[in-house]
Amino acid sequence: MPEEPSEPVSSAPVLRGGELVRRHRLSTRLWHWTNLAAITIMLMSGLMIFNAHPRLYWGKFGANPDHAWLEVTNAGGRGQLRLAGHVFDTTGLIGVATDANGAVQAQAFPGWMTIPSTYSLADARLWHLAFAWVLAFALLAYLLWSLVNGHVRRDLHITRAEWSPRHILADVVDHVRLRFPTGAAALRYNVLQKLAYCGVLFGLIPLAILTGLTMSPGFNAVAPFLLDLFGGRQSARSLHFLAALGLVLFVTVHLAMVVLAGPFNEVRSMITGWYRLPRERSGKVREETAHG
Amino acid sequence: MAEPLSRRRLLALGSAGAGGLLLSGCDRLNGSPAFRSLLESAEDAHRGSQRLLGGGMLAPEFTTDDLSPNFRANGSRTASDNAEWASHAANGFSQWRLRVDGLVLRPLELSLESLKAMRQRTQITRHDCVEGWSAIGQWSGTQLSAVLRAAGLLPAARYLVFHCADRFGGAAPYYESIDLLDAFHPQTILAHAMNGAPLGIAHGAPLRLRVERQLGYKQAKFVTRIEARSTLAGLYGGKGGFWEDRADYAWYAGI
Repeated sequence: MPEEPSEPVSSAPVLRGGELVRRHRLSTRLWHWTNLAAITIMLMSGLMIFNAHPRLYWGKFGANPDHAWLEVTNAGGRGQLRLAGHVFDTTGLIGVATDANGAVQAQAFPGWMTIPSTYSLADARLWHLAFAWVLAFALLAYLLWSLVNGHVRRDLHITRAEWSPRHILADVVDHVRLRFPTGAAALRYNVLQKLAYCGVLFGLIPLAILTGLTMSPGFNAVAPFLLDLFGGRQSARSLHFLAALGLVLFVTVHLAMVVLAGPFNEVRSMITGWYRLPRERSGKVREETAHG
Repeated sequence: MAEPLSRRRLLALGSAGAGGLLLSGCDRLNGSPAFRSLLESAEDAHRGSQRLLGGGMLAPEFTTDDLSPNFRANGSRTASDNAEWASHAANGFSQWRLRVDGLVLRPLELSLESLKAMRQRTQITRHDCVEGWSAIGQWSGTQLSAVLRAAGLLPAARYLVFHCADRFGGAAPYYESIDLLDAFHPQTILAHAMNGAPLGIAHGAPLRLRVERQLGYKQAKFVTRIEARSTLAGLYGGKGGFWEDRADYAWYAGI
């Protein structure tokens, strides 16, 4: 694996739009698809676990007699999401939905979102707690290997120049105008990409893993400081749900960007490693990154 | 170039395939005994890793400021359809006895008074339901280790089974089981008091198990008999507990 693709920086000046280049290392490709499977299973089985008690609390304890900051109810055939004092009618999607056979399902998240598709807390836990090992150890292995092979330093590290508000603003404007980098510049992650990927790798997934561990009474005995860190088991459960929501938002934007940037080329590069550099727009060759 | 077409077809095929695979594939895998046993092997990993890292470590304890104002009672709220338990309840459990038998040197019949004369522990701990909610309560009771030392476990004993007076939802009798590591853990107690008062009916009077590093369904209520066994096979559904037999919950409930 160390001989795997391309150091974008050193090879950048000679590459032109239209060329087929090696873009993603084998370790990145392996982790990407393993993680996609793990996150999908964790999310869908997690929604079924949520269905067993569709209420979220802050603090050390929280049960039906206590105040919930988020609650899904299904009284009188209407699905309702109650969030911080506001009530939203979510019939058809959350709380009450109709399944593929036309039968009414009165549960927080509908069967098409959950593993398994019909109510089973035990089976959802079976999936969730088994694939938690896949999620955690795949991330651990990938992060360690990415430190060793320089992926973090070369591709993900956000430089001081990139942190400047002007640079970030310029990148936001480029994204809004859908002006994607061309030629060799397309091999480098722009600062919004770096923020998103670092946010997932070092933020959301570790947060989901640690808050998940904090919900385990056995692990509380091993590492009670996690309870203090997150403000108690029920706070950890709420943060676990919010981390999952954050991952859903990331995936939504990620997929939209893949589609906008050219799904065939993007997906091919994540499967085979090969990526065709987008052609320069006005025939001008831009040698450094798109944002200079 | 035919790329736009192939791209579109690829996407359509991909998303339709992924959606279909997810919906039907996961349910099919869920029903496959081989796949389930693969998933279930994670339970051994949970138990093994938590025992390796945690050993005899204590569950976090809380202060009276942390107590749930209203501790939700769950599972059976009474065992009144059990005539023997009901008559004991009518007499304030004065004639009630806890039986300790199975693989022990000295089978015991213990009144509440004699249980209270053994080594006691009071702890404020968090009760975590498998569904996701938590409640914090104060429990006082007899350390299980003291009862087991009085009875004297035989070398073949590996599990303690807690037989209960209640039948949840009128089904089979409730029971639970733990291994020796949890049985001799200092926080594993037979609680006869909760929040400073005698254990209420809804919470499993006169005696419930507290095994603090595991989920709520392990905290057997209305305990009437403790049986030391070498195996869980051959007892009810063979999986070591009411919910384990009935709904396939994990026997090791530390996670």
